[in-house]
Amino acid sequence: MTARSVPATLPQQLRANAAQFGDAMALREKRFGIWLSITWTEYLTRVRNFALGLHRMGFQRGDRIAILGDNRPEWVIAEVAAQALGGASIGIYQDSVVSEVAYIIDLCQARFIVVEDQEQVDKLLDIWDDLETVESLIYFDPRGLRHYDADFLVAFPDVESDGAAMHAEQPAWFDEQVNLGKSDDTAIISTTSGTTSKPKLALISHGNLLSMADGLAAVDHFKPQHEFVSFLPLAWIGEQMMSMACGMRIGFALNFPEEPETVQHDLREIGPHIMFAPPRIWENMLSTVQVKIEDADRVKRTIFNWALTIGRRAADLKFANKSLTFWQRAGLAAARLLVFHNLLDQLGLRRIKWAYTAGAALGPDVFRFFHGLGVNLKQGYGQTETTGICVIHRDDDIKFQTVGTAMPGAEVTTDNRGEILVRGPMCFSGYFNNPEATTSALTEDGWVRTGDAGYFDEDGHLIVIDRAKDVMTLHDGTRFSPQFIENKLKFSQYVREAVVFGGDDFPYVTAIINIDFGNVGKWAENHKTAYTTYTDLSQKPNVYDLIRREVERTNADLPGAARIRKFLLLHKELDADDAELTRTRKVRRGYIASRYQELIDALYGDYDEARITSTITYQDGRTQTLDVAIRIEPMEPVPGGVAS
Amino acid sequence: MTLSRFARPYEVNSPPRRRLVVDHISLSFGGVKALTDVSLQVEPGKIFAIIGPNGAGKTSMLNCICGLYRPQHGHIWYGDTDLVKTAPHRLAHLGIARSFQNIELFNHMTVLDNLMLGRHVHMKKNLLTALLYWGSGQAEEIRHREFVEHVIDLLQIQGIRKQQVGALAYGLQKRVELGRALAVNPGLLLLDEPMAGMNVEEKEDVARYVLDINEEWGITIILIEHDMGVVMDISDTVAVLDFGRCIAVGAPDQVRSDPAVIKAYLGEQE
Repeated sequence: MTARSVPATLPQQLRANAAQFGDAMALREKRFGIWLSITWTEYLTRVRNFALGLHRMGFQRGDRIAILGDNRPEWVIAEVAAQALGGASIGIYQDSVVSEVAYIIDLCQARFIVVEDQEQVDKLLDIWDDLETVESLIYFDPRGLRHYDADFLVAFPDVESDGAAMHAEQPAWFDEQVNLGKSDDTAIISTTSGTTSKPKLALISHGNLLSMADGLAAVDHFKPQHEFVSFLPLAWIGEQMMSMACGMRIGFALNFPEEPETVQHDLREIGPHIMFAPPRIWENMLSTVQVKIEDADRVKRTIFNWALTIGRRAADLKFANKSLTFWQRAGLAAARLLVFHNLLDQLGLRRIKWAYTAGAALGPDVFRFFHGLGVNLKQGYGQTETTGICVIHRDDDIKFQTVGTAMPGAEVTTDNRGEILVRGPMCFSGYFNNPEATTSALTEDGWVRTGDAGYFDEDGHLIVIDRAKDVMTLHDGTRFSPQFIENKLKFSQYVREAVVFGGDDFPYVTAIINIDFGNVGKWAENHKTAYTTYTDLSQKPNVYDLIRREVERTNADLPGAARIRKFLLLHKELDADDAELTRTRKVRRGYIASRYQELIDALYGDYDEARITSTITYQDGRTQTLDVAIRIEPMEPVPGGVAS
Repeated sequence: MTLSRFARPYEVNSPPRRRLVVDHISLSFGGVKALTDVSLQVEPGKIFAIIGPNGAGKTSMLNCICGLYRPQHGHIWYGDTDLVKTAPHRLAHLGIARSFQNIELFNHMTVLDNLMLGRHVHMKKNLLTALLYWGSGQAEEIRHREFVEHVIDLLQIQGIRKQQVGALAYGLQKRVELGRALAVNPGLLLLDEPMAGMNVEEKEDVARYVLDINEEWGITIILIEHDMGVVMDISDTVAVLDFGRCIAVGAPDQVRSDPAVIKAYLGEQE
């Protein structure tokens, strides 16, 4: 008999779900404008067939399968199928350039790669000769591939039908394989975000994933009937944790959007109950609302601002654990009826019960905005090495300056230097093929060194300062976090990204700012400023004035030494294709500092402008050289009077 | 219901792919000779490009094929049908569709409605059943919508399905126009400068779509385009017009090295 008490692996959990939920919906994908669903029984059948097909192609226990593509049913089927055979999957960000794909596949030594479409196939064909370990390339969208005749190219349905044939011959084999799975088998290999170096490969076990799901479900009571939209890259640990771990453990359905461009629309159609997204997504939503409101007529704008004031006040009272007076309650009800109800509907957040942000700090103003609307947005903290998160806000105990308290099962502490340490069942076992990195990330008694600096407040909430390496000592000796200043800048709808320099070697604080092309472009149109490209717009004098006001606003809240003394508007958007951001859109500070050395020199010298020649890499790998003059904007006299 | 990504639209193979033979046609407007004794042969399932300097008669050629102009002499055979003698509105029934050099869409309608309009020729219900809607009228609309969704999928315009055409960027409007022509489910598609006014990346996209339409759906394509790089890359056959005469026809490489073509394009050294 099979051991069906508590499933120890994702495939065992899938089998249990198929038995329990049967014809209930497991996966739903929008195609041809309609939502098509796959039941738990069908899900299991497709996983079984694909697994058996993989086995026929030579997939062994302990092998790895790399997956590259948008979120689709085939993505998760391939992952669970590999796991059913005792293998592991590794997700690669679908927008990775060829060199990144080659690096990761080489590092993980995958033998099989599952890709979505022609775009990804072309990427891999480019580097095929260098991929020594890879034997087959399995694709699930055939468009444009009709005339590709390489024998290592295999269509996804062919693997499935091979598997179905094998199942007819050996009906018990799949179940036996699934039974062999153990909790500490590696389930997925997850790339670390790589803000400071090339990505490392963290080994995450089934036990890690399922204990994470159990921990989160103990905090927030997810139910099988809840809806979840899987729209962030499945290569990201956060999406793995929600879709694969929680989705599988709880049995709620995953909804896959039609295309990346339709996410907002699809979110609205589904109306998810649970949403987990990095700060960037929440910031974008806020910025969309801000822009739309600015375009609205005066009556609407006035009503909106009135409602938002009421909402924010209610949020502040909630944060302070105070109750609302009768009139405040009545006002909030009116604001909900007139404004928030529709706004949340537009954003797809009307049914949201639990919204999470993690991965980086979210500005307090963004936080208050969503709580003002009545969205239960909670901060979590964690990293790839702790299978997503290990610290989280509780529903009735939300403080926006903290990330909350340890999840059930997790131990969180700080060492004598202030570095945050984590121990518990969600902690990974090490990096793949990288013992040195493993030794430095894991202590002997099983603590994960997070590399983040932080401390606990009087209520036991963890406060994360920044990456320990990034925390800077200002010229007057105070310690300060560049991320804190960056987040203040980024609250402006006109600022897309900001990189602040200032500690240690630098005499004062400066900022390199990326304008938000859409919002500043719209502002320019409204203010009769003609522009052509991003570069042109970024260097317009009145755009500098606009951003200057935002920097002034930021400076007003900062202590003297931390104020931004000079800034410049970068001529191009920071881009993951240029390695300036990680694939999860985190700033790679060290790389930016070396790449834009001339600009930083100019910010700390006595210059009005800096010339820069830079090379832009397009998605297809072509490059182009740009030569631009960038204005340096002084804000306040610099200490020591180096510049005017 | 599950729709496999590997399935093809249900009716895609229905219009027969016929050979198009342009047989010694001449077209003049008063004293201006737009086309003089031009003969071409377009094989089914191929991409056929017509190139030539401005005013060479490329668009006139396309207009003759689709019945907008009537040549004074000659015949245009599509299978056994002489298009010169066919009423223009019959062409859609024969499976011939076209896009225009200047966008000709209904700006105040959504992308979806513009595409559904392309299905009009295939709608069989009369005003009464359409007004009643439920029943067979609804069933028919669902069938057409399904076809249109395949077009949307092919051209990757899911994100703008419900948007008004007039509010879209130029490149997207061109794509929608291509989509409307495709919605007719043609066997022969005439494209008049589908990439005009686009940047390199947009052109690459459209070239990709043209190849997909040809390869995946097996549609014969006659294409007018100025971008030589694109034409030479994707066409099976290229015809060169100059002052209304066809001065060369052949494979791209052959045409590229043809002295008459070089002369027409670059001029001659005095």
